[in-house]
Amino acid sequence: MILVLILVVPMSGALFLGLWGHKRFASAVNILFSLVTFALTLLLAIRVDTQGPLIALDENLFVDSLSSLFLVITGGVAATTSFFSLRYMTIEGEHGHLTPERTRLYLALYQLFVLTMIVVLASNNLGLLWVALEGATLATVLLVGWTRTPAAIKASWKYFILCGVGIAQALFGTILLYFASEKTLGPGGTALLLTHLLTVKTQLEPTVISLAFVFFVVGYGTKVGLVPLHNWLPDAHAEGPTPISAVLSGLLLNVALYAILRVKILADGALHSPMPSDLLMGFGFVSVLLASISMWKRQDIKRLFAYSSIEHMGLATLAFGIGGPLATFAGLLHMTTHSLVKSAIFFAVGHIVQTSGSQKIPSIREIAARTPGLSRALLTGGLAITGLPPFALFASELLIMAEAIKRIPYAVPFLLLALFITFGVLIFRILEMSGGETATPEISPSRSHSRLTFFPIWIHLGMALLLGTFFPAPLYEIYQKAILSLGVSIGG
Amino acid sequence: MALIPTFPSFGWTISLLQMLFVIFLAPLLYGWIGVVRAILQNRRPAGLLQPWRNILRLLRKETILPEGHSYLFLFVPPLFFFIMAGASLLIPFLMVSPPLAPVADAVTLVGLFSLARFAMAAAAMDLGTPFGDMGGRREMMVAFLTEPATLMILFTVSLWSGSTAIPSILHSFSLGHSPFHPSLLIAAMAFILVFLGENARLPIDNPSTHLELTMIHEAMLLEYSGPLLALMEWGSMQKLLLYLLLGIDFFAPLGISRGLSPLSLLVGLVALLGKLFVLGAGIALIESIFAKLRIFRIPEFTALAYLLSTLGFLLHFVLEV
Amino acid sequence: MTPSLLHPPTSPLVGFLGSALLLSSFAMLAMRRMGSLVRIFALQGILLTLSTLSVALAAKEPHLFFSALFTLAFKVLLLPFLLFRLLERLHIRGEVEVLLNVPTTMVAGLFVVVFSFALSAPISEMANTVSRGLIGVGLAALLLSFLMMITRRKAVTQVLGFLGMENALFFSAINATYGMPMVVELGVAFDVLVGTFVFGIFFFQIRETFESFDLKHMDNTPTE
Repeated sequence: MILVLILVVPMSGALFLGLWGHKRFASAVNILFSLVTFALTLLLAIRVDTQGPLIALDENLFVDSLSSLFLVITGGVAATTSFFSLRYMTIEGEHGHLTPERTRLYLALYQLFVLTMIVVLASNNLGLLWVALEGATLATVLLVGWTRTPAAIKASWKYFILCGVGIAQALFGTILLYFASEKTLGPGGTALLLTHLLTVKTQLEPTVISLAFVFFVVGYGTKVGLVPLHNWLPDAHAEGPTPISAVLSGLLLNVALYAILRVKILADGALHSPMPSDLLMGFGFVSVLLASISMWKRQDIKRLFAYSSIEHMGLATLAFGIGGPLATFAGLLHMTTHSLVKSAIFFAVGHIVQTSGSQKIPSIREIAARTPGLSRALLTGGLAITGLPPFALFASELLIMAEAIKRIPYAVPFLLLALFITFGVLIFRILEMSGGETATPEISPSRSHSRLTFFPIWIHLGMALLLGTFFPAPLYEIYQKAILSLGVSIGG
Repeated sequence: MALIPTFPSFGWTISLLQMLFVIFLAPLLYGWIGVVRAILQNRRPAGLLQPWRNILRLLRKETILPEGHSYLFLFVPPLFFFIMAGASLLIPFLMVSPPLAPVADAVTLVGLFSLARFAMAAAAMDLGTPFGDMGGRREMMVAFLTEPATLMILFTVSLWSGSTAIPSILHSFSLGHSPFHPSLLIAAMAFILVFLGENARLPIDNPSTHLELTMIHEAMLLEYSGPLLALMEWGSMQKLLLYLLLGIDFFAPLGISRGLSPLSLLVGLVALLGKLFVLGAGIALIESIFAKLRIFRIPEFTALAYLLSTLGFLLHFVLEV
Repeated sequence: MTPSLLHPPTSPLVGFLGSALLLSSFAMLAMRRMGSLVRIFALQGILLTLSTLSVALAAKEPHLFFSALFTLAFKVLLLPFLLFRLLERLHIRGEVEVLLNVPTTMVAGLFVVVFSFALSAPISEMANTVSRGLIGVGLAALLLSFLMMITRRKAVTQVLGFLGMENALFFSAINATYGMPMVVELGVAFDVLVGTFVFGIFFFQIRETFESFDLKHMDNTPTE
């Protein structure tokens, strides 16, 4: 019941805002819907934690600990982003970039986007999962090009085409998977249902599954932004409105990686070979390296953090490739914290860009003098994202490195070097922007930001701190259950 | 094979008949194409016998030899004619296994045809006139571009028999495979393209004009006159017929006689004439529909032929094994 | 019993229609005119319908008739109609600009075909549909559309490549498993339809912003 409700809320939100999104109160309604969705995901997670996995709608929906974990992250970040959107849109409106029609489009698509991500996470049917993930692309494609500048349209076109091509490969993978499972499960609806597939995963034909897995990784990997399929990601993040950058980075990438993880369980079961793990490790390793090198000369602040997202998704992918309970735990923790911290950073960046009127790092100066709050937030976020203690990314990166030394010792020096470069570049850039020479002669004391502006940022960073220092025991149990549903046996 | 003729001499008679058939029927086929073309273009046809009349007229004329010619120039027309006449012994069309069966390999045929083409181009270049030179070069370019397609078609067809020997190809088709195979259909399309290219037909070359910018085949014959020209023209007509016969063997072998009984030979002959009748009309239709390609578009045309033949070849493995 | 007796070869009609579909993919690669490109796309839809019908008849799978009917309505009538209207409304005419010349693209396409046939050979071995040989053809068509998207510069051609890909995927699903479950098939079709509309919106935005559909202009937009 709650499982159906969790779909109905954003769906009705999209409908409502599609009809009345141009009204003055619409942004508040958006927050309301997002909060209700978030509350439902929390309820759902508690329900799953106490009563076990839920199934609904003719077995098409299925939520276990793994998906409920991601559902909570999605609901939470979507809710705080809706707060941020309110502020962001108000300021955009003051700058005159906004018409009521565009607000309506933005709000309706935002709810639609949340809906598609929830469908991906709650879907038991791998075919529907594909449909929803493609739907997520379609919902965000217009959001990325929302500002209608030439660069934005170019970015959204690139996003559309590359993700469309990528996701087509994943559909071919789905067809191959159906082909393999149909032999044991029989034709019809059940052959694509995860719950059924899990019971027969050892009987699936290895050749077909290995080919299918490659197509899945290439397809969904495009959406995760794994190098060399990452080309769309920096553009889409840099040119879209900042709230969208935040949810793309913090949620969509996660959800796509979640889809890969689901398929990997099946591939591991069918193959008895390290191929799926090796493939993920390879993609992850290359992503971390290339992303950190690409960050070196970025002049655009949003682009800089987009590459940082590629790097972190690469690290998480690498962790899942390494496998085993510790690395898998580290991977999940890494994804969670990355969502929180990266969206917080994008919130801060959004305000910075709005106050300084440019995304170019050289023309952003003296944030510390103008808005000390923003400067503090950005610096804290920067420290968190580069994996310094006491934030949780430190723990997860440490765990990943420790496991990597066991499995792929020769790669560790390169990984450390990459992390080091990222750290240096990011901190250097942030300090450069906070202080530095005046680019604009007179510093206009910017309007005082209300406390409301900063609270989403601090909530996120606080959560990251909490996860990094004092890890609540019930939460740890949820993570353990999630690891179990990823097919990793604990204690090995 | 129980159908091997018991009296070798009978087989040789058939071979001789094949040669005569090609030599004497080729101009008629040419005339038939001309008639259909004329009708399709609302002109009054010149009649079926017009090519014959042309040949006889040329044979009666005196030969004018251009300045600076060598023996090559005199030597090539008869060579060309006899290569074509000889090739007619290698293509079985009146019966499945002619006595020259061991030699009757499709690759041998392709070799013979390229030898003839080479001789012709060499003779055209012998005089050093610009047109002959240009025609020779263009002819060799077209040949070089169609050759891979031709070979791929041969291979596709021979996939059924496991051999490029034409009698065994024919034999494997008569074993009850249906003639309707995707790979063969596509190879047949490629064959039509190759046929048009190799015989200097319309989208590649216009056989009925002497427009210097576009002509290929005719440019090579410009300096010839009288009986030598007759031999060249006659040889080309034979070549056209031979290609059609080859295509019939590969893609529409139904009805060809497998023994020596007069009835089956007669049925085979009638079927053959019927097919040639239809094919001639088809060629005329193609030539009326399509405009001539610019020279630099020819590689695209031949690339298409190569593409089709290779696709046919590949599709055989996924669809028909 | 040899494996080839266990699985009869693909029936000639099914095989021929599949081959024709592959040829139409090549034709899309070779086309130079925008209008003929859309026409070839419609033709491909017709071939897809016929091919689905032939598989339905050969395999006696009644639900494939619905798929065929659906394909006819959606890919032969609706999408080409929308595309033609789009071309008309936006006054798009003229030649498709190519990055690679046509013969080179063709040869690259042949390599793609060889690659996909080799890749799908072990899968066809395992299939027991009447059209199992065509799985490789589906994969080849998929990658050919992909090739078309890489080698063509105009926005409209990229869209046609995208739609061609979807055709190829549908074709693969039919031939490997007699189609996906109905829910999934409808969902995919819905996505494609929405995608086409989004493309339509895009075209207007692109024209407003760049006054051209050549992606060259977009490439010249500074992004950093």
